[in-house]
Amino acid sequence: MDGQTASGTAHTDSAPLTIIRPSERWRTLCLSELWQYRELLYFLTWRDIKVRYKQTLLGVAWAVIQPLFIALTLSVFLGHLAKVPSDGMPYAVFAYTAMVPWQLFAHALTEASNSLVANERLITKVYFPRMVAPMSAVLAGLVDFGIAFFVLVPFLACYRIVPGASVLALPFFALLAALAAFGVGLWLSALNVQYRDVRYTVGFLVQLWFLLTPVAYPSSVVPERWRDWYGLNPMVGVIEGFRWALLRTGAFPVGLLAVSAAMTAAILVSGLYYFQRMEDTFADVI
Amino acid sequence: MSTVAIRCEGIGKRYRMGERQRYRALRDTLADALRAPFRRLRRAFGNGAAGNVSGPEFLWALKDVSLEIRQGEVLGIIGRNGAGKSTLLKILSRITMPTEGYAEIRGRVGALLEVGTGFHPELTGRENIYLNGAVLGMTRNEINRRFDDIVDFSECGRFLDMPVKHYSSGMYARLAFAVAAHLQTEILLVDEVLAVGDAAFQKKCLGKMGDAAHRGRTVLFVSHNLLAVDSLCTRAICLHQGKVVTEGPPGQVTSRYLKNWIPASTEVIYEDIGSAPGNDLFRLRRASVRPANGSPADPITVRTPFVVEFEYWKLVPHVSLDLGVYVYNEQGIPLFETGWYGEPPAPAGLLRSWFLVPGDLLNNGTHRIELRVCLGGIAEVFRLDNLLVFDIHDASDLQGLYLGAWYGAMRPHLKWTTEQIDLSSGPAGVHI
Repeated sequence: MDGQTASGTAHTDSAPLTIIRPSERWRTLCLSELWQYRELLYFLTWRDIKVRYKQTLLGVAWAVIQPLFIALTLSVFLGHLAKVPSDGMPYAVFAYTAMVPWQLFAHALTEASNSLVANERLITKVYFPRMVAPMSAVLAGLVDFGIAFFVLVPFLACYRIVPGASVLALPFFALLAALAAFGVGLWLSALNVQYRDVRYTVGFLVQLWFLLTPVAYPSSVVPERWRDWYGLNPMVGVIEGFRWALLRTGAFPVGLLAVSAAMTAAILVSGLYYFQRMEDTFADVI
Repeated sequence: MSTVAIRCEGIGKRYRMGERQRYRALRDTLADALRAPFRRLRRAFGNGAAGNVSGPEFLWALKDVSLEIRQGEVLGIIGRNGAGKSTLLKILSRITMPTEGYAEIRGRVGALLEVGTGFHPELTGRENIYLNGAVLGMTRNEINRRFDDIVDFSECGRFLDMPVKHYSSGMYARLAFAVAAHLQTEILLVDEVLAVGDAAFQKKCLGKMGDAAHRGRTVLFVSHNLLAVDSLCTRAICLHQGKVVTEGPPGQVTSRYLKNWIPASTEVIYEDIGSAPGNDLFRLRRASVRPANGSPADPITVRTPFVVEFEYWKLVPHVSLDLGVYVYNEQGIPLFETGWYGEPPAPAGLLRSWFLVPGDLLNNGTHRIELRVCLGGIAEVFRLDNLLVFDIHDASDLQGLYLGAWYGAMRPHLKWTTEQIDLSSGPAGVHI
């Protein structure tokens, strides 16, 4: 832990000791400091959620409307008219189960990427571990996800689909999606401070990513021998996991999930590294 | 007990010029990357200019600042704009990293660099108290405990559940300051946040700051308000171009600061008629602003009458040259215009024109003078923006107890009269 702080570790006497020193290139992730700032994380998340639906007519319903309408549109055009396969499931169910985690990923990614620039005032006027900003953006995305997820239950009931014990694996897949979004968000938010090009890239990136992810089509369209490598897109693992857990389509995609999890870990670790390296310059550059 | 709360050794902060103004677009970096090989080539062939870190591209906002602040001290930090005061606070509050040096802080640090950081206009007053409190580093329990005090202090109790975007700016500032005032860290870094709210509220805020000091907390207080520094601080430092130039008892530091204050352009002189600003009708030789009495180097205060003077060559006879002077304050607000309408037309030659601005007229702050020259009352022939820049300082004998900023661009000293209208109707006699 370089210069930033030694507080949190120096609670021997009541007054914490802080050391300030020029930043070094390498530093370790300071989890104890993040823990100290957990209340700020909570309040920023709470603010994001509160503000998002203030002065909106439909409020929280937006968390449901978006994935639902996209899923319905997909099911009319792709499912019914273009006859895209859906692994033997009703296409609407097939699409909505994928839309819910996809929206989590897409929103969390977008919000996290903008989080530093959006909190510019905070960053130039108070100190906090800068990682709190993208983290709170992802957490706020998880709340939306929770709401959209609860609509999934009656949705499945309509089609008389009762998931088995595999449902218990869902939190893991949701976590994977959130971590992937957080990892990419770390990269993009830090880049966004330097290069405002990122703002324009994010929307485009999310669209492209959507097409690369089996939301509207099953991953079985990818030839068998490439399928595991398809997992290099972490969202493939997440969505296959969701479908497996809720709809029990096919066997548990072990290889693909392993690749996705490894990829997520790689993005996350590199993102953490890059973010920490740039962190000290944020207030000067933003 | 006087342990050291803050110790700095050789703190320096270097900014790249323009870094604060503009973020980079990706194409700049790409362009740099393309140019880099050529730059390296040039360096390889002996042109030493590349890789020079102290060149004009870099600016040391702070250099070699070493300080020791004991627990319970209230340190005032003064200096001109850009002297590095805010940078020092930003480094001590860990918002930005020093480029060199080392600092050690013992105790929880609260930084008030701005009032209302993190306030969200859509949220209610109540919600913003919690949000802002958390941003400043208070825990939820602390905020809960002080919530009623904060609300009382802010005088916004009735509007607590209204989004702050509907607040008046005064209410907004009061609420924001109320939260800040209840931050109870061992060390408090305060940057000129008192310039908010109405006069009465400012007084209350200063009182609160004084309380903080009396309770043994360590306070670093950046201010342009020298009188506040004088009365609140136990010690003061003056920064100039990133360095500590004076240190000692606040009274001494502030008075030295006032004396040494020589703004760059209270006087401009052009000896050579050929290169002086102007044209074939008019050339300026000298312009100055100085106190009407005493030496030209004395500071001008809100009480001092001062003289604005121009010497110029009038190059053409038989026409009337009018001089127009526009005076602006720090915010760029035009304060007044005054002019000399060249009647009767003076003969050609070297002339001097001046006017006297009475004391007790303008407010304190930085003022700018612009000169316009017109021909025959109609055509503007020449104009000099920012010809003179000078400061009007606060006068200590005027202040009394009030330390806040005086509202408005003008500060006339007006005589008030109060008289009794009716002797009989005391409170007992009032029936409504």
